[in-house]
Amino acid sequence: MTTPTRAAMKGRGVAKRSEAVKREERTGWTFMVPFCLLFLIVFVVPIIWAIYQSFFQQVATGGGAYGGGTLENKFVGLANFQYVITSKAFWSGIGRVFIYTVIQVPLMIILALALAMLMDSFIVKHVSGFRLLYFLPYAIPGVVASIIWVFLYNQQISPIVKFCELFGLHPDFFANNVVIGSMANITTWTFTGYNMLIFLAALQAIPHDLYEAARIDGANGWQIAMKIKLPNVRGAALLAMLLSIVGTIQLFNEPQVMQTADPGISDSFTPMMMALNTSRGSLTPKGDGPASAIAIVMALIAGVLAATYALVERKVNES
Amino acid sequence: MSQANTMSRQDRRALRKAEKLRDKAANELPPSLRPNKFVKALTILVLVIALIYFTFPIYWAIIASTKSPSQLTNSNGIWFAVGLDELPDAIAKNYAGLLGWTKGKFWRWVLNSLIYSGVSAVIGTVVAVMAGYATAKFRFRGKGVIIGVIMASMLMPAALLTIPQYSIFNAIGLDNTMLSVIIPCCVSPFGFFLGRVYAQSSVPDELLEAARIDGAGEARIFFTIVLRILAPAMVTIFLFMFVATWNNFLLPLMMLSSTDLQPVTLGLYGMVSLATFTDRGALMMGALLGVLPVIILFLFLQRYWKAGLAAGAVKG
Repeated sequence: MTTPTRAAMKGRGVAKRSEAVKREERTGWTFMVPFCLLFLIVFVVPIIWAIYQSFFQQVATGGGAYGGGTLENKFVGLANFQYVITSKAFWSGIGRVFIYTVIQVPLMIILALALAMLMDSFIVKHVSGFRLLYFLPYAIPGVVASIIWVFLYNQQISPIVKFCELFGLHPDFFANNVVIGSMANITTWTFTGYNMLIFLAALQAIPHDLYEAARIDGANGWQIAMKIKLPNVRGAALLAMLLSIVGTIQLFNEPQVMQTADPGISDSFTPMMMALNTSRGSLTPKGDGPASAIAIVMALIAGVLAATYALVERKVNES
Repeated sequence: MSQANTMSRQDRRALRKAEKLRDKAANELPPSLRPNKFVKALTILVLVIALIYFTFPIYWAIIASTKSPSQLTNSNGIWFAVGLDELPDAIAKNYAGLLGWTKGKFWRWVLNSLIYSGVSAVIGTVVAVMAGYATAKFRFRGKGVIIGVIMASMLMPAALLTIPQYSIFNAIGLDNTMLSVIIPCCVSPFGFFLGRVYAQSSVPDELLEAARIDGAGEARIFFTIVLRILAPAMVTIFLFMFVATWNNFLLPLMMLSSTDLQPVTLGLYGMVSLATFTDRGALMMGALLGVLPVIILFLFLQRYWKAGLAAGAVKG
């Protein structure tokens, strides 16, 4: 079978052919439209709206010194961005999230990878029960998980604290420099099983002849894990890492819930909390303008981080 | 038949034993692959420690859901405070406490969660599969750009969108309605990705051609043939979208001000953030009842979420 060249097609039924192409195009778009429409409403329009809003601030006009009057959108140029970029609270929030990401993401990925490797190592046979129970926390909403852990961190009721006291330890999970670790633990608890299952799926896709060949060549279990399994799940691990980094940038549920038990957690503890509380008016300057500016700067930082990560990953891959 | 009848009992037992041995040998690893005892013990130890870490909080929540505030502080944290025969009473008491703290709205919240998750997952799944099918099986202008944009949006910190989304819904008077939670949850780039991968791998072009030659319209082909083939994929997408909406906290927190519209996560958060709140046992009862639907869904649909994770792992 030879494919007809363009010239040959011109001779016969060019009209018919282009009719078919047009129809295919129409059908394809028809199936695309519902998703695209929703995508526009949920993703594209809000992004444009946020950019537009970030140049405005709501100010009261016509009122006296004690407010009153009506709120009016006033164009303020880049003032909102200037506020965000010079805001100490914003950068401390970014700093906290950065520390959180640097500690929590690698720890979780390594833990998930290690568990997946152990389960795939044939050392233990009946792993499906373990697998299901490791995954269970993923089914528990972040808010509920945070509530449970906040109670488990509580001095009066926590069996963990009581257990530590047997050994003369008095852990304070809400102490200033510990609280980020306590939060990171909640996230790790929720998502390790999920990542482990992704890695397990990748491991199980490796053809088993490879292992036997390696055995014949005299490799031991450890060598097989490091030289065959690890390289084969690298892609999945790097992707999981990237998605986890994007996830932790928007850190919100855990600190928001922990705030109910620890007044030391401020309204701007993470940038996401700061954006919410700015938009709701419990931080000044308030309103959608400054909140949008916070969101945009965060998105830019996230983009730079993700791009840097992807670049470094490619460099490492090449070498 | 006669042979079986004449076989003595001893023979039959021997046969069964041989079969068992054969089965065992088939599952057994070659001797060179068998781990030594120490490695095996160590592995089991690690797996069990991890198991305790992942399940202990849930276990504790179950125990705590039967306790009164004073029992939570004073009794042994890892076992019930009352005898097993008194347990039903303790549970009933905390259940009554839960309904009291939530002003009788607890089940309304669970129903809200079911509506938000169910409706948005159904719409989102159909829409995502349609789009995935379109990009997998049709050529049209702008396809490459669209795929690129949707894939890139997977890397977008989605929570950031909630603020402008709220601002827009507020401007058009749709905030504090069920739609304000449902609409943003209807779009899942991950769902699109799964739909595309499955359509590429499991819908044969020949089948579509044959249906077209038989004179079936494109809509009919999609709804009667393609959807049937993609049914397992749709369950997977539905499950992931359902859970994502159930777990979403920021969106309803921003959009909803009426307690009648709250999903169960927001309701429980409201309870714990009350200044007067004391009854942790009742709250734990609510937390457990509130996650039950998701856990049941996961248990019954195990093979579907495993399939979804596998697609993410291998194609990703």
